Amino acid sequence: MHLKNHKGLILLLFLLVIPLKIDSNYLYSTLVIIAIYSIVVQGLGILMGYAGQVSFGHAAFFGLGGYTAAILTTRFQWPTLLALLAAAILPGIIAAIIGRQTLKLRELYLALATLGFGILVHIIFNEGGELTGGPSGMSGIPNLTIGIISFDNDQKFYLLVWFMLLLILVGIYNLVHSRTGRALCSIRESEYAAENAGVDCARLKLQAFIFSALLAGLAGGLYAFYVSFISPSPFSFHTSVQFVLMAVIGGLGTFWGPLLGAVVVVSLNELLREIVPLLIPGAGGEYQIIIYGIILVGLMIFQPKGLSSIGRYFRLPLKKELKPEG
Amino acid sequence: MGEQLLQLLLTGLTLGSIYSIIALTLVTTFNVTGILNLAQGEFVVIGALIAVSLQGTGMPMAVVFLVSVILVGILGGLLERLTINRARGASSLGMLIITIGLSISLRGLALLIWGTDTYSLPAFSQGGSIMIGGAALNPQSIWIFALVAVTLAGLYGFFEHTFWGKAVKASVYNQTGARLQGINLNTISLLAFVSAGGLGAAAGVSIGPITMVTYDMGFMLGVKGFVAAAIGGLSNVGGAVIGGILLGILESFSSGLISSGLKDAISIIILLGVLLIRPEGIIGAIRERKI
Repeated sequence: MHLKNHKGLILLLFLLVIPLKIDSNYLYSTLVIIAIYSIVVQGLGILMGYAGQVSFGHAAFFGLGGYTAAILTTRFQWPTLLALLAAAILPGIIAAIIGRQTLKLRELYLALATLGFGILVHIIFNEGGELTGGPSGMSGIPNLTIGIISFDNDQKFYLLVWFMLLLILVGIYNLVHSRTGRALCSIRESEYAAENAGVDCARLKLQAFIFSALLAGLAGGLYAFYVSFISPSPFSFHTSVQFVLMAVIGGLGTFWGPLLGAVVVVSLNELLREIVPLLIPGAGGEYQIIIYGIILVGLMIFQPKGLSSIGRYFRLPLKKELKPEG
Repeated sequence: MGEQLLQLLLTGLTLGSIYSIIALTLVTTFNVTGILNLAQGEFVVIGALIAVSLQGTGMPMAVVFLVSVILVGILGGLLERLTINRARGASSLGMLIITIGLSISLRGLALLIWGTDTYSLPAFSQGGSIMIGGAALNPQSIWIFALVAVTLAGLYGFFEHTFWGKAVKASVYNQTGARLQGINLNTISLLAFVSAGGLGAAAGVSIGPITMVTYDMGFMLGVKGFVAAAIGGLSNVGGAVIGGILLGILESFSSGLISSGLKDAISIIILLGVLLIRPEGIIGAIRERKI
């Protein structure tokens, strides 16, 4: 890959150094959460934006990753790095098992099936008894340690997750500009045409599904190590919806979409939490929920292709739709 | 043991009837507009909660029921005009996200107005349980069965014997053809959401006396409605009703005989099973009938 194609990535790298000068735990924790969500949405973006398959169950893979890391480190004393690896692999295996049948379904049926899977896994977290700690969850997850470095504060963790995200971005850039990436796009446009052109749709869709589950699991593992406590509530249907939202709001099938979506949705949540009480004195979280829903509906009506497409109006290099290169 | 089973069956039938009504509204909206309305459960809850407030003012239950149905019907129509109608031409995923956004906002609204309290509604009629072979049947259940029957009869009458019913049917079979005949699809979509709101509220007010009402129960009710509709194949009215009743009975037996914590898991497993094994619905044997 050529350097000149990567102005954005290099810019991002520079932007990431800036917060190191700032000493604010709030900023760090927000940025860590953005990066963790963004990793999930990167995978989901491949699945939805390129392969054209929707999933309303990715909070389940996210949670499976988190619980795998938590259970392996606290109950079985696995080394943390190995547990993180397992946190990515286990959701991948589960995706491989359920994917083949599930991905035969189309559109709304696929949405329903993945939604069901998500709720089912959430129930398992809640009813898992000893193993998952039930509704109250489990605490005491150790710090992630890689070699001699222990990621025991927000700043270190910030560097770790954004470095991982950067690696994933580079990987995805290469993926979507490869033969496989173009084949994925062809599935989105028309499965029949893709089959006729010799693309093995079922296999590719499954691979995209597994890939997205791996990334969600990895993000879940990172989340568990970061928060050091895990319970079922962050892995509910609501989170799955958030992931889909981030993918759609950022712009499906665009390179910067998933990152942009994660930034926008997380910032929006934080902003609403700060601003709403200022505008409406004494307002609780209810207003936040209502406004969040309204913004969601508004975006879908007025900007159905996601925010990346706004970039065109300002001539920003945000939108980078995949075009087959000669 | 026999009495317990009969009791579970009666409970299941009651629960199943409610699922049936929710599934019916989902299927009708889906057939008419192609939209899977994830905010349907919220209509049910808001209907029940409005009834709670109205009932507090001392109105008779019949009036409460009617006013709640009308108000939520208007709410459904209003939301259709404000959102769905403006997003015409959006992808089905876009529409799904819009209804999710609506359900989030409605849940927030319910939380704002009614808080996190648990409410209950008085039964429609006084009197104790009716004993059938050693099992107790709550009189409210009979009202719920009646509601299902009236709804089905009403839908049948509407589709078979009114001009608008036939227009809706025509637009389901062939949208372009219907439009060429001068049928206004806009109005039909509005009609679908008004009736979805009204029927949802009716279900909510009827179930209020049996289960408690909280602002956040809508989502799971909506999901149950989907499972019921999916058992019937998502576009089959008769299938939706049977699917709802089957689901209610299965849930009642599994929570009574196995574990109540797994009640919701059972319906999801059924949903996944149906979708993966027979996406056209289990009740495919019943002749495909869209309306």
